[in-house]
Amino acid sequence: MYKYVVNRVLLMIPTLLGAAVLVFLVLRLAPGDVCEMRMAGTGLFADPEAIAICQDNLGLNDPKIVQFGRFIGGYFTADLGISMWTAQPISHEIEVRFKLSLQLALMATFLSVLIAIPLGTISAVKQNTWMDYAVRTFSIAGIAMPSFWLGILIILGLLISTQAWFGTPWMPPIYYVPLFEDPMGNLSQLIWPALATGYRYAAVSTRMTRSALLEVLREDYIRTAHAKGLLEKLIIRRHALKNAMLPVVTVIGIEFAFLMGGLVVTEQVFNLNGLGKLFVEAVLNHDYNMTQQLVMLVALIFIITNFLVDLLYAWLDPRIRYA
Amino acid sequence: MVTTTVDDGSIEVTSSGRIKKFLIDFYRGHPLGAIGAGIVVVMLLAAIFADFITVYDPEQIDFESMLVPPNWAHPLGTDNYGRDILTRVIYGARTALTVGFVSAFVGSFIGLVLGVASAYFGGRFDLIFQRVMDVFLAFPLIILALAVVAVLGTGTENVIVAITIPFIPQCARVVRSSALAIREIPYVDAARACGFSDSRIILRHMVPNVMAPFLIMLTAFVGQAILLEASLSYLGLGVQEPVPAWGLMLQGGAEEYAESAPWIAIFPGLAITLGVFAFNLFGDALRDVLDPKLRSQQ
Repeated sequence: MYKYVVNRVLLMIPTLLGAAVLVFLVLRLAPGDVCEMRMAGTGLFADPEAIAICQDNLGLNDPKIVQFGRFIGGYFTADLGISMWTAQPISHEIEVRFKLSLQLALMATFLSVLIAIPLGTISAVKQNTWMDYAVRTFSIAGIAMPSFWLGILIILGLLISTQAWFGTPWMPPIYYVPLFEDPMGNLSQLIWPALATGYRYAAVSTRMTRSALLEVLREDYIRTAHAKGLLEKLIIRRHALKNAMLPVVTVIGIEFAFLMGGLVVTEQVFNLNGLGKLFVEAVLNHDYNMTQQLVMLVALIFIITNFLVDLLYAWLDPRIRYA
Repeated sequence: MVTTTVDDGSIEVTSSGRIKKFLIDFYRGHPLGAIGAGIVVVMLLAAIFADFITVYDPEQIDFESMLVPPNWAHPLGTDNYGRDILTRVIYGARTALTVGFVSAFVGSFIGLVLGVASAYFGGRFDLIFQRVMDVFLAFPLIILALAVVAVLGTGTENVIVAITIPFIPQCARVVRSSALAIREIPYVDAARACGFSDSRIILRHMVPNVMAPFLIMLTAFVGQAILLEASLSYLGLGVQEPVPAWGLMLQGGAEEYAESAPWIAIFPGLAITLGVFAFNLFGDALRDVLDPKLRSQQ
């Protein structure tokens, strides 16, 4: 087991290095850079000399290999560099937004598990009844519905319903307050985007729970449990659900890593200042440093989540042993 | 066929009868899938004949009729530029389906060939290829698509490329695992013994045998591509104004006038949902038909 963990951690290095090379090269292929964007973006005449000075200052005229060395070297000195757009340290820019995005991701995951496991169970146990069909329609709709549209509908619903009930329309607050400072203010802002992203996420997990449980319910040990007169509830909870959780955990893990992608659009709808929004801005501004670091962060989260899911497997199913 | 002596006309009747029977069987066995296929066909027809079934110009700005609620003249209302929403939703189907089909077909076809080649050659080629795919798979689809848009810029053609690229490794990974099993079947050895070239063995002998996972991926990709295009356009990084696209219709005016003119936000979103929903239903049914192992779970 120890050897497996070390191996897996070592294997992360080439993948991350590959991701670094990929993002570095891809960004340099783009026409235009942050200096042209900043100076010519205003539509006014841009002095080519001023652009050249700006490029020199940001090190954009250095050989590519030197730029790449700086990018990778930064990880050894724990210096992520400065944003080419705001000139602030990237670690600071990411830090202030990370809390919001992480909280949102965790809330969406929590909500989705809360919805998915009971619904998936009902759907499997009552297979081919109206309840099953209702749950399946609900989950297929969740996969088809863009989370940003659901976000717009939620805001619309809030505006119309508060207008009808209280006389004044209410919108979720725009400014982020940490959870421990003002729990009500924090939740009243983040619960809505968490719902919008969580629904899609729940839809995927519901389908997985249903199909995994259906397979387990056909196993012999379930028939044995029925034969010895165990209560249906106990069979589902203790025997079936526990064994059906393996693929569900995978889906939850993978979706958690993908939440970052979902957040890109949801943060835009709810006007949240999180990592997703930072990413879109960095891409639009050709802020190479920021885009590189954000891409690496997403890749790192993704790889670590996959690794943790694999470890969780062994814990959930003692038959799985990593050697 | 036994009807060789019968003239051409009746043979045609027989084959069209067979198609009819297949369709009826498909509908009986997979009613939801048939509904999905029906919606897809309606969308396709709307996209193809958009010029004939609409009366307004999708890009025509009309300040006389801005933010008109749904009525007889404008069944789904108009937006903040006075453009008819029904017309734009219908033309939007053209954009969505073009992006959806082109990127799904190209992405999954390249993935198919690369995946089979990787399994066929094996060894070092396979190992290196798989590590490269790992790098691509370490990002959510939209992040990769955003990176491509950063390089190529916005616009319909670039969006197609941006969506196609992330599909390639996804399809290659799935197809490779099926192809690995096929490589072990003796007929591949037989083909090699006959002296066929590698490309002929890959394209003529192995590719047709991994069609089931390929087709399942393909339908799933069309739905995903429609959703991705809508997301990119919504972020302002996809299809650009004034081209009618569903995601784009949800940006700007739709949010600004959400309260006073909710129809601007509701109908394009409904179109996206319905489109993706249809491809998912059809894809699920197709998976049942093509992959008997999964049939018991449905």
